[in-house]
Amino acid sequence: MITLIILSILPILILYLGLYKAKSALLPVTVAGLLVALGFALAEWNSGAQPIFSGMMLFDNFSIAFSAVTIISTALIVLLSKGFFEKISSNVAEYYAIMLFALAGIVVMVSFYNMVMLFIGLEIMSVSLYILAGIRKNDFASNEAALKYFLMGAFSTGFLLFGITLIYGAAGSFNLEAIRDWVITNPRNVDPLFHTGLLLIIVGMCFKVGAAPFHFWTPDVYEGSPTLITTFMSTVVKTAGFAAFLRLFSASFATLSDFWMPVLLVITILTLFIGNITAVYQQSFKRMLAFSSISHAGYLLFAIVALGAASANSVFMYTSAYSVASIIAFGALILVQQHTGSDSFDSFNGLAAKNPFLAFTLTIAMLSLAGIPLTAGFIGKFFMFSGALSQYHIWLVIIAVVNAIISIFYYFRVIIAMYFRTADRNELVVPGYYSFVLGAAALATIIIGIYPAFISNLI
Amino acid sequence: MESFTNAIQSVPLNHYILLSTVIFSIGVMGVLLRRNAIVIFMSVELMLNSVNLLLTAFSVYRNDAAGQVFVFFIMALAAAEVAVGLAIIVMIYRNTNSIDINVLNRLKW
Repeated sequence: MITLIILSILPILILYLGLYKAKSALLPVTVAGLLVALGFALAEWNSGAQPIFSGMMLFDNFSIAFSAVTIISTALIVLLSKGFFEKISSNVAEYYAIMLFALAGIVVMVSFYNMVMLFIGLEIMSVSLYILAGIRKNDFASNEAALKYFLMGAFSTGFLLFGITLIYGAAGSFNLEAIRDWVITNPRNVDPLFHTGLLLIIVGMCFKVGAAPFHFWTPDVYEGSPTLITTFMSTVVKTAGFAAFLRLFSASFATLSDFWMPVLLVITILTLFIGNITAVYQQSFKRMLAFSSISHAGYLLFAIVALGAASANSVFMYTSAYSVASIIAFGALILVQQHTGSDSFDSFNGLAAKNPFLAFTLTIAMLSLAGIPLTAGFIGKFFMFSGALSQYHIWLVIIAVVNAIISIFYYFRVIIAMYFRTADRNELVVPGYYSFVLGAAALATIIIGIYPAFISNLI
Repeated sequence: MESFTNAIQSVPLNHYILLSTVIFSIGVMGVLLRRNAIVIFMSVELMLNSVNLLLTAFSVYRNDAAGQVFVFFIMALAAAEVAVGLAIIVMIYRNTNSIDINVLNRLKW
């Protein structure tokens, strides 16, 4: 729990540093603070957690694992921000502070034990993100992304809240355990309040994680936001969304799976097809990554469709693999975008000849996202598919494999552009911070891919 | 306080549920049909307030304070959302001189 306290105090400290013009200290203090928070989180591992704050939160191994993934991803993204925010405004402390506030909300989201905390964590995260999406005040795309994200986010919060209220009306409590006990003691077929509430919660959560048919805001928001913020949204925020989704369903609604499983099954299949097929037609690398994040949301939904003891583990594997690969992809995109001023596939032409290291790490990221063996993405997909097969969702897995094959097409487009197309270009200067982040993330991708055992049985 | 609770309980619970559902639906339709960012925003507030009303009614009927406490959280976070949302709308207005969401069509596939 000290993690949450540190992550709440750190942004205030950062704001004071900004106030006293200590610009060079911002990045080191942020990263050091994140590492301290990570250390305190890991220190509570396997300590037999009990619900704290009157049953409001539970900081168990599940929360620690997802807090660790989100904190590490944030630290990597913060390292990529060197020189990024300075181009937008001269007051950069606020950006770090808002990002850290969002992270504090995320830690609440992954350790809630009461619907109230779910709502509060989600809102702390979302309100921070609305601001971050619009930090380029004079850029029209950024404005549009902020407004769309804000309106859609507030809209989906309404659905989530109405769902929570109806469930409160039926079960009489916001506590996850109390709701589960109510479900077990009232085995009636359909309770109009409770089941409507459950459907509304599914709608609200699917909005937040960007699953079809509630995905329509995702590509616009991801494309319009500054690339670094898109990185944050598509890795950390997505991880947190799925962790919260999974925790809610496995703690409270697991026994009702006959009711909600078919709904989520349809959502999963729609998400897979819409995400993958639309991604094929994109000309912009950034927008392709936005659609690919929708399709990955589809794969992640597998864990909830086939809810079981292994679900937490497979979501953990998948989100770690997806986060590190996405950080590489977006990091490379930031460099190429700054160099050529465009984010289309063509701007990657001939990159391998001039920047072999950058091209190599980006290739590993694309292979991992496509799920090629010996990368982390393959292990993630393997866990998801075997979880689904253990519950006899054979058709779902066949559809998913077809989609994985479609996805190879668009992920390989950028590899082909880098290695087999030629273009007149100067060498792109890769700053030291970027080399470190890209190298570390690529290394992590390969290590998890070759030797998955060291994180695969954690939760 | 006792008479207040009795007054609320003199209306059947189903009526509160129906009223809130109707207000919520009006809010949803407003978000989907209106084109003005401020009106959409007001519709979202309508959705949140219908939730508040329903929570209060449930809370009184169950003699459980948790529902009313949740209402305070919703109000506080809705206020935070208003602050950020209006700032975003002002930012859009400065750049486009319009708050019609039909101008938001630059990002398309």
